[in-house]
Amino acid sequence: MLNIMIVGVGGQGSLLASRILGSLFEAAGLEVKLSEVHGMAQRGGSVVTYIRAGESVASPLIPKGECDCIISFEESEALRYLPWLKKDGTVVVNTQHIQPMPVLTGAAKYPEDIRGQFAAMNVNVVAFDALGAAVEAGNARCANVALLGAASKVIGRTPDEWHAAMRKTIKPALLDLNFKAFEMGLKAG
Amino acid sequence: MEKKLALGNEAIARGLYQAGCTFVSSYPGTPSTEITEEVARYPEVYAEWAPNEKCAAEAAYGAAVYGCRSFAAMKHVGLNVAADLLFSASYAGVNAGFVMCVADDQGMHSSQNEQDSRHYARASKVPMLEPSDSQECCDYVKLAFEISEEYDTPVLLRTSTRVAHSQSFIRLEQRTEPPMRDYVKNPAKYIMTPANAQKRHPIVEARTERLIELANTDRLNRIIPGSRKIGVITAGIAYQYAREALGDNATYLKLAMVHPLPTTLLRTFAASVDTLYVIEELDDFIEQQVRALGIECHGKDTFSLIGEYTPERIRAKILGIPSAQVYDAPAVPVRPPVLCPGCPHRGLFYVLGKMKLTVSGDIGCYTLGSAPPLGAMDTTLDMGASIGMLHGRNTVRPDEAAHAVAVIGDSTFIHSGITGLINAVYNRSASTVIIADNSITGMTGHQQNPTTGVTLKGDVTAAVDLTALCHAVGVKRVRVCDPYDIAELEQILREELAAPEVSVIIARRHCALLKTVKRGKPYTIDASACKGCRMCMRIGCPAVSFADGHAAIDASLCVGCDLCARMCKFGAVKKGGAV
Repeated sequence: MLNIMIVGVGGQGSLLASRILGSLFEAAGLEVKLSEVHGMAQRGGSVVTYIRAGESVASPLIPKGECDCIISFEESEALRYLPWLKKDGTVVVNTQHIQPMPVLTGAAKYPEDIRGQFAAMNVNVVAFDALGAAVEAGNARCANVALLGAASKVIGRTPDEWHAAMRKTIKPALLDLNFKAFEMGLKAG
Repeated sequence: MEKKLALGNEAIARGLYQAGCTFVSSYPGTPSTEITEEVARYPEVYAEWAPNEKCAAEAAYGAAVYGCRSFAAMKHVGLNVAADLLFSASYAGVNAGFVMCVADDQGMHSSQNEQDSRHYARASKVPMLEPSDSQECCDYVKLAFEISEEYDTPVLLRTSTRVAHSQSFIRLEQRTEPPMRDYVKNPAKYIMTPANAQKRHPIVEARTERLIELANTDRLNRIIPGSRKIGVITAGIAYQYAREALGDNATYLKLAMVHPLPTTLLRTFAASVDTLYVIEELDDFIEQQVRALGIECHGKDTFSLIGEYTPERIRAKILGIPSAQVYDAPAVPVRPPVLCPGCPHRGLFYVLGKMKLTVSGDIGCYTLGSAPPLGAMDTTLDMGASIGMLHGRNTVRPDEAAHAVAVIGDSTFIHSGITGLINAVYNRSASTVIIADNSITGMTGHQQNPTTGVTLKGDVTAAVDLTALCHAVGVKRVRVCDPYDIAELEQILREELAAPEVSVIIARRHCALLKTVKRGKPYTIDASACKGCRMCMRIGCPAVSFADGHAAIDASLCVGCDLCARMCKFGAVKKGGAV
């Protein structure tokens, strides 16, 4: 069983990333379950999508300590979901910071030195500026696909399979842009 | 056969299509909304948004009585609104099949309470089916229509957030549309006068007996064999959690129909296992009925009445296997949902907070105006409560009526606010009501409503004129303003609060997420002009932060709405590209 979580801030585009993964595993002939967040949390709250693929999948939720790869669209969100990561699992994280409202109002502090915290706990981390990579590829909205590129080394499957999954889920006009973002993420990973 | 990865809600829509359903009417509500959005894509199915769940259920029921398979979807609290129809439709029965989907929200991801809607099935004496994955969502819709027609009853289909919003594979099948049924006038069946209803009630009780017989067959409820040391009675998403947690260490009685329960099957199953557990989220609905049969079982002595279950908790409680968790939870500040950058409600709540008004709130995106730093809300209970509660308050505290307002969104106002407004006018209230009109049903993800002039299918239609509507119910003072013009809004509020009668202020500005709303270039801060007064921080925009003595704007979040620029007295907030 392969367990992946996509975490971030509502509105960052995690639904497309999860659909690409769903398509990827479907083509590989695996049983797939995805659990998404709709509704209130999408308004800038902390959001999580669970993706599970294997011979047979019962629960759509991933138990704590069993996630192979956490893909985080925002740096502190990677920290929040760390209890789900399994031993030797990998965190792929966008170094972008989005301050939650309690931090903006001064009621709380944004976590300091997140990569240092991961290092102290011996967590495998791939951290890079996915937003910057996406802008370089041509559109800031491709940060999600850049992160998938970085995660693809952990998740496996061939580049052809990834491209096929993107073809199934992304509008043709935006494909080249997303292929480029994926490549940049792959290099960063 | 073609298969597809589909959300539970999308699978229900596919099930409706395949089962030959021809009429769907709903009011949006998380986690049920996508059912109706998805089914609207099929040209063979008529689908509409209704003003509220009661209207939706009544329209669908009418379509069923007059011969076509019909359906209405709603969230759990929506069934509270539609329940009036349900209890009497249970007596009258159907003609063609009539199915209502009720989506519970364990964990309250997007809801104001955690009610367990299974009680409605028992209370109204109608059968309720509960799927556990997308394929079952699809299959149970068909089953629900068959039961509805065979047993002459409305059928409830219960989902939960994790079924509605999880994707798994479904098999795509062809649509089979049953011919339209004849309608035969039958007052004794469809007119629920006391004399007729008294004759219908015994029919309902006999129907339940027949449904119990059906439940005892394997057409509905099945046994998944495993070790007989542990027996688990379960349904819906809890089945998937239990299966993940216990695997072959248990034998399962997996209920497709959670009401009425299969009494004979429960007894034989219980006798076949050593230790019996009932695993169900929220209330001890099944457990109580199992115990009433004289069967000993574990249930809420082991598991919570509150929130969602997880596989690891079930595994730990029953098998004693601890969680595989490796890393402790690091300290991370909470990230609650917030009003979006550019949200039209932000200006409104800033002014209400500045004027220190008591705010009677309502259900929608604008409930987020309750969060700091805006914090401009006192109450939020149910759809439409803002106006009703304000009228109650102002009646018992007449001297303070000039210090309180109700805030309600356009869609919520049409749903249940208009009746409260009529009550306020009729009973000579001095209430000031603000309709936060962002021209869409926002929180559930942009659904059309009777004020937008567009139907669910995208056709142009009549739009409710809110100003004319308020005048028509007797409101003499109706004002319209832009909630981003904070000076004008404050002035209007002062005038209307001073008026000793009902006033309505329509604060109108489009939702910033609408595709028709142009995104401006991000604003920037001229650090040399910024005095560090933090006025721009008072509006609670996620794009505006403060560090090293001055404000900053996150260009990746800013949509160029200019509200922060309006707050700045020093001209330090510059239009995109101006610095």
